[in-house]
Amino acid sequence: MSEERVGVYICHCGTNIAGTVDVEDVARWAGEQPHVVVARDYKFMCSSLGQELIEKDIKEFGLTRVVVASCSPHMHEKTFRGACERAGLNPFLFEMANIREQDSWATNDRKAATQKAKALVKAAIERVIHHEPLDPLQVEINSSTLIVGGGIAGITAALELANAGYHVYLVEREPSIGGHMAQLDKTFPTLDCSACILTPKMVEVDQHPNITLLSYSEVEKVEGHLGDFTVTVRKKARHVIEDLCTGCGECERRCPKRVIDNSFEAGLGFRKAIYRPFPQAVPKYPVIDTDNCLWFQIGKCRVCERFCPTGAIDYEQQDELLEIKVGNIILATGYKLFDPRRIPQYGYGRLANVFTSLEFERMVNAAGPTGGRIVLRDGETEPKSVAIIHCVGSRDRNYNEYCSKVCCMYSLKFAHLVHERLPEAEVYNFYIDIRTPGKGYEEFYHRLLEEGTHFIRGRVAEVTDAARQPGEEGKLIVQVEDTLIGKQRRIPVDMVILSAGLEAQPDAREVAQKFGLGCDANGFFVERHPKLDPVATMTDGVFIAGTCQGPRDIPDTVAQGAAAAARIASLISQRVVQMEPVRAHIDEDLCSGCRICNDLCPYNAIVYHEDRQVSEVITALCQGCGACVAACPSGAITEAHFTDEQIMSEIEGILWDVRPQGAHEAALA
Amino acid sequence: MAKKKLAMYWAASCGGCEIATLNIGMKILDVDANFEIVFWPCVADFKYEDVRGYPDGYIDLCLFNGAIRTSENEEIAHLLRQKSKVLVAFGSCSCEGGIPALANLTTKEEIFRSVYLENPSTDNPNGVVPQPVTEVPEGKVEIPEFYGMVKSLDQVVPVDYYIPGCPPEAHQIAAVLDLVMQDAPLPSPGSVIGAGVVSVCDECPLEKHEKVIAQFYRPHQKKPEPGVCLLEQGIICLGPVTRAGCGAKCPQAGMGCRGCYGPLDNVVDQGAKILSAIASVVDIGSPSEDEEEMAQRISAMMGTLADPAGTFYRFSMAHSLLQRARVDGSGDGEGGKA
Repeated sequence: MSEERVGVYICHCGTNIAGTVDVEDVARWAGEQPHVVVARDYKFMCSSLGQELIEKDIKEFGLTRVVVASCSPHMHEKTFRGACERAGLNPFLFEMANIREQDSWATNDRKAATQKAKALVKAAIERVIHHEPLDPLQVEINSSTLIVGGGIAGITAALELANAGYHVYLVEREPSIGGHMAQLDKTFPTLDCSACILTPKMVEVDQHPNITLLSYSEVEKVEGHLGDFTVTVRKKARHVIEDLCTGCGECERRCPKRVIDNSFEAGLGFRKAIYRPFPQAVPKYPVIDTDNCLWFQIGKCRVCERFCPTGAIDYEQQDELLEIKVGNIILATGYKLFDPRRIPQYGYGRLANVFTSLEFERMVNAAGPTGGRIVLRDGETEPKSVAIIHCVGSRDRNYNEYCSKVCCMYSLKFAHLVHERLPEAEVYNFYIDIRTPGKGYEEFYHRLLEEGTHFIRGRVAEVTDAARQPGEEGKLIVQVEDTLIGKQRRIPVDMVILSAGLEAQPDAREVAQKFGLGCDANGFFVERHPKLDPVATMTDGVFIAGTCQGPRDIPDTVAQGAAAAARIASLISQRVVQMEPVRAHIDEDLCSGCRICNDLCPYNAIVYHEDRQVSEVITALCQGCGACVAACPSGAITEAHFTDEQIMSEIEGILWDVRPQGAHEAALA
Repeated sequence: MAKKKLAMYWAASCGGCEIATLNIGMKILDVDANFEIVFWPCVADFKYEDVRGYPDGYIDLCLFNGAIRTSENEEIAHLLRQKSKVLVAFGSCSCEGGIPALANLTTKEEIFRSVYLENPSTDNPNGVVPQPVTEVPEGKVEIPEFYGMVKSLDQVVPVDYYIPGCPPEAHQIAAVLDLVMQDAPLPSPGSVIGAGVVSVCDECPLEKHEKVIAQFYRPHQKKPEPGVCLLEQGIICLGPVTRAGCGAKCPQAGMGCRGCYGPLDNVVDQGAKILSAIASVVDIGSPSEDEEEMAQRISAMMGTLADPAGTFYRFSMAHSLLQRARVDGSGDGEGGKA
């Protein structure tokens, strides 16, 4: 240890660091520290010249350890490890001190920032002396991919990978793929028919030889790691034998039981107890809703069985558990619409003619329950005036602080559709701000201004049916402060549409845990880097796409689906990838079999051997999180690159200017 | 061949170590046959002056028990270090500070106030508190100074070996003495002898499962289910974090391990380690739960844990990373004196 030769490099990062930290002073001081044989400061360490400086010094001074004080290791640890490797030094004999995000960016106090930079550099020097050379783990990549969620994100990703020649398992919870997009009427701003552009893709998924579609299925368990996941999928019983069913629909026509369709038709229409969610459903096979089927409920009927021409009905069918092996996973589990019942003053569920945005989407859809007619809840009367309330459940501290991003545009689309179908009707849009960033979006807003939509800027206080003035009787009155004229207004209308925001799926946290991901405060999955790595996650081999990561519109969702597929295709084409060897290891001779660690591992990498009464970490499964290392009461678990000695030395280094001499040695004795 | 010279000393300790040594039974006759006792205040009348008269390194084996609490303890530690070939920290107090070091959770002034002034059974109308130097008509009377902080032996002098335990088990003492009598080669300096390398759990026959603890119980609050790991029943047991060697006597009797054999080789701080281990297995509920509720439940559960500092650092306070608590800023520089 005493003969280690350390090189220290202090980066200016232009003025990012040098503007606050006296980098020359830090470099001069670092050069005086024990073990340090060369210390320099340089304008941009990450530049090729900066890297060459390190490589040259390693060779010239015979450096055995390298410290770079610059930005976050997230940015450039790889860069500098590469420089070490090119000069023949094991890349793990390098340590990075973050004097930008954790120092210069956090303060304007030059003196304090310089002092802190020294502490961080000292910590890195003391730590790096204890580093050991490590070799990366080689992992073979299984070329199959699991995609969870068959909305437009999942469909896009599946087709991209399948077309590249790789196998895809597409798992969808509902009886059909298509997701929310299948429910929409038109898409903004081009007013393309949503189904017309979506269904060809659904059919392509169905027919693609490289795609195994597992609809009406859910992931039960995930084990393994990048390159080699084993996933257990529960294929729920449809009570229809897929190999025999031709999708003729005879069962659906004959079924005597009518059920309100709360999912696809948003409660506005009906379906049968044996049903396909919509005519273009993929796959074409129906499912029996056992909660409503007469045979399952009262033991009578069996009409579908009688009329099925191919004998495809099977009341005895059971759930199946399938085990599939994949190398990578994409989560595209989508969103859930905010439930406007949570805002009682808007009256949804109490006032008949208050509709949710999804109800309205179904209503204006030509294939929907009203055949595309815009009518009140009675199913006949056409409204003469329609209010569209923006930001329902979004941009509201009581519900969700974030902007749901799509509501402004779809509210404008609604206004347009009302004008189109009911040219005589007045349309009011109540908004906080109109947000239309996107290609052709602002233009669409201007088009609506010309179409005669009334725009009223203000958050709606209440929707009520209590008339106070003549002309309000029998109407819904929208009470709002019009902030542009600074007056309270009461606007009587026939119909109110609540433009509900997008929320994370209610089971997002459980799903996240199953796949080893994190969720943000709102329940959306957390990406590896918000700017530069939006579809990867902190778990290698697990990617996210679409609205499960945050509210976004269809083009962005499609782009993410394709991006995730591209990331995976690049991994598959490498066949073998190298993974960080930062893993935990249990010394069996020191393990007492206390089993404290057994339940801790989020990656299920710890097994207990009953016969020898010791626990073991399966290296390939370990992600190096350190939970077991901290917990192991015997100190029998160590983690490469994060040994107690390395961490204690780092802490002692941080405290270099306050610690009593010899305290470190005493603590370790 | 000349007999080996043996010394045993007690500093701040209860005397249990001496009794444990005598507990080796008939083996004491072998000890007498093989060793010449040159200093052992508990059993024979030697004076400090006798020891001062010995040449340096005169004592072959010195078993030093007790923590360093007073200036006298420290003075004799230095003296015995100088006169001994092999100095062994004997018992928990000497190895890690032991029970006396729990005083590091408070201050010297607080201790004096409790002991000499406020204790209901103390009759001290003049409020006399011990002073290192007292002027009397006959001259100056000196007594050893009571330090502000308790230390382990190795925090004042270099120590060759450690025999842990409160007290060390008689059979372990006997085994070590046997090896010395047989002139066995010395283990590597600084090692812990008369104890295992794995934790107490390794010796404990109670059945262990995956652990999720929902509530903690003090020993009187729960009758342990026989045959099952106490910790998983919510009874605090330091077995997982404590060096084996005792034969897991306490857990087998239904009492959680107190931790007297100290931490294992790879553990820097025994108390922090068991806290970290226990925190890892408390029942936090499912991840979908409301975070605030979860936090409240965890803090309520941690509230059922009586005296965490005294429980987790019962024997290792002086040897822990922090070494003492800071009480009203008094911790500053406390250690400098000793």
